Amino acid sequence: MKIKNVFTYCFISSLFLFSLICIWKILVTLQGIELTNFNFNELFIFGIILCAINLIIGKKLNLSIKITILALLFSIFDYFISTNLPIWYSFGIFLISLFFFNNIKNYDKNFLSKNHSSQKLFFNFLTLFGITLFSFVILFPFYMMLVTSFKTQALLLLNPLDFSINFAQGLPELFKSYFIVFKDYNFGRYMLTSTIVSLGTVIITLIFAIPAAYAVARLNFFGKNFLSTSILIIYLFPAIVLVIPLYTIFSQVGLRNSIEGLLIVYTATTLPVAIYMLQGYFKSIPKELEEAGIIDGQNWLGIIFKIILPLSLPAISSVALYVFMIAWNEFLFSLMFLDRPNTFTLSRAIQFLNVGAETPRQYLMAGSVVVTLPILIIFVYFEKYLVSGLTAGSVKG
Amino acid sequence: MSTKLAKIEKRTAYLLILPSVLLVFSIILFPIFSNIWISFKNVELKDLRIPEPRAKKLVKSIKDNPNQIKIIYKLRNSSLTQEITNVKFKDKYPSNIKPISLNNKCQFKSNILKCDLGNWPKKYRENLEIVFQNTNNKEISKKELKSYKPKLSGKSQNILLNYEFTLNNFKKVIKDKAFIDLLSTTFYYTFFGTIGAIVFGILAAQMVNQKFFGRTLIRSVLLFPYVAPVVALAYTWELLLDPTSGTLNNLLINYQIIDGPINLLGQKYVTLNILGFDFKLRLALTTVIIFEIWRYFPLAFLFILARLQAVPKELYEAADVDGANPIQKFLNITLPQILAVISILFMIRFIWNFNKFEDIFLLTGGASGTRTLPINVYQQGFSIGDIGMGSAVSIVIVVFLLIFMFIYFKLLGKRADEN
Repeated sequence: MKIKNVFTYCFISSLFLFSLICIWKILVTLQGIELTNFNFNELFIFGIILCAINLIIGKKLNLSIKITILALLFSIFDYFISTNLPIWYSFGIFLISLFFFNNIKNYDKNFLSKNHSSQKLFFNFLTLFGITLFSFVILFPFYMMLVTSFKTQALLLLNPLDFSINFAQGLPELFKSYFIVFKDYNFGRYMLTSTIVSLGTVIITLIFAIPAAYAVARLNFFGKNFLSTSILIIYLFPAIVLVIPLYTIFSQVGLRNSIEGLLIVYTATTLPVAIYMLQGYFKSIPKELEEAGIIDGQNWLGIIFKIILPLSLPAISSVALYVFMIAWNEFLFSLMFLDRPNTFTLSRAIQFLNVGAETPRQYLMAGSVVVTLPILIIFVYFEKYLVSGLTAGSVKG
Repeated sequence: MSTKLAKIEKRTAYLLILPSVLLVFSIILFPIFSNIWISFKNVELKDLRIPEPRAKKLVKSIKDNPNQIKIIYKLRNSSLTQEITNVKFKDKYPSNIKPISLNNKCQFKSNILKCDLGNWPKKYRENLEIVFQNTNNKEISKKELKSYKPKLSGKSQNILLNYEFTLNNFKKVIKDKAFIDLLSTTFYYTFFGTIGAIVFGILAAQMVNQKFFGRTLIRSVLLFPYVAPVVALAYTWELLLDPTSGTLNNLLINYQIIDGPINLLGQKYVTLNILGFDFKLRLALTTVIIFEIWRYFPLAFLFILARLQAVPKELYEAADVDGANPIQKFLNITLPQILAVISILFMIRFIWNFNKFEDIFLLTGGASGTRTLPINVYQQGFSIGDIGMGSAVSIVIVVFLLIFMFIYFKLLGKRADEN
């Protein structure tokens, strides 16, 4: 056992424990509990001591007894240096330290005397800490979005760190912002528009893309190679260079402020990627199946409907979900083309809320939850399909 | 026989692709080309409205004479900038009335009045008054009179379709003192946004590419910022970063990490003192870049993770046998394996970040030193209202884009040759 390794072990482990405690403390602070010090010095040194004890005990004690004792020691220590905190806070500390001591169980004398053990240990903790930190940083804004929608502007100005949810006030009071957003700000209508636009885009895109993709994948014609390369190039052109000409044209032919206008633009912008994704999949379907179809007397339409479509349902679902996501989240065109509230999509409506003077923030966040939640639910539910859609369509974003 | 089949095949193919090609052509390619046309014109937002001749119909009864009625048409040219030529007027009346007197521009025939009103200059206004007499002593119904709406037509020049061109827009774009600043901001944003997203993507992929409890869940969570709508995320961040009531500033003050609030989205520069040297950091731009990284690293993560999972395990086992440490393993095995993915990711993300509009627009609106080229398109075209200028800036973007694409496809081709 090298002395250097023992030092790095104690040092890094304690630092990791401290970081976990910090995240917990931040979350506790956001419940409106007064907590103004991370107590770095005390906790860090005590952490080092406990890690050393853990090493000394080794396997002399049963693992679960050992980690419970160490975690209890740590929580009691923390309880005494920070005063006036509720019991659930200490319980959280206890659980975190339990998790931590369980994680360092492998770092015994044997491990520490191996080569590269301090580097290995460093990377292990980095990974563990990285996952925690990444999840925290990713989820924090979503969490804040949600809890802000349950508060009121006045309470938030009074104590900007108090995001505790008061469940005693009853459900109608708790979801008040949502009721107001749907009733006074017409979000039901916007949601309907968004749904119609997104589903419409999906359907029209598929109707256009499936035959085109089939032709590119299977049939021989003049200009095929040119077409398949231009699909990719066209796809790389961004919306911002289309916006001015489309705005001028749409203003003059009266397509602004209409759902039809949005449908046309969304379909055209997602069509290249849809064709690109589908033709790749169609190519992987064995040709013999189609030849059998031809022998059975099917025409092209029959082949597409009876052979290609049933076989490529997974690919079509990925394309559909991906296109749905793009259309639902789209913002630039809806900002440019829609300026009458009766045609707004959800994204445009939220932007309108924010620009409109002094909208209380809980309504803004309730609106944001309303637009975010459906897409996250769809994502989690159909993750497999959407991920493959994202990967294929990732040239854009 | 075979040539006939080939012909049928060809015809079917064209039939199948035609709708898509037409749609994409009219909504994507045609606008890109019309950008060029518009950018050489002096067009403003208000010129886009096509001038229309308009008439407001007022019906007035005449005192002490129930058999007569006066109709006043308030005529005007809706445009403040353009004239309308050859205006034609048409209105219909109940069958029991006819006009007492008419000027020579108008004709009354079977209950229909037609007038040739000639040319209307810009801002033109005139009242057309006509007195009608009833023919059968019945009361004239005002309601019925009002139910008919006059129809007007006229020719006006569409400013978008004439042949007057100017180079002024491009001169203004390039001579603008802020142009260099605009370019440097765009490149700064694009470069650091892209690099940051890839670095964090590699880190995240490295972490998730190990077995641990809840791994699939973490993978989904890491993709959240990329799939959620940008509007919701940008406003949440805005609230988090708000200098007075934002959570971040209040947390930092609460834990005595900073003394006073920092306006992360509204302050152009912040001076940092590192090792005795003063550095001027572009604060708002950096914040916007961090948002950008936060939102787009999931994509890099997804790509790199897919590649990492394809790296043969034997390579790492062999390295373990050789006694390599984790850093050596990363540098000598992992990095070479994912280099190809990284370079493609870099090019694609670079192109997309270069054109990113929504994120900056929603967070800062282009204020405090975050104005990039796409933001400028919007500001020129819609805030200032100079459509021609906006188009000229779009053309600048397209030129850069073509250069990037050229490099990208060159690299891609080279890569294909190597394989």
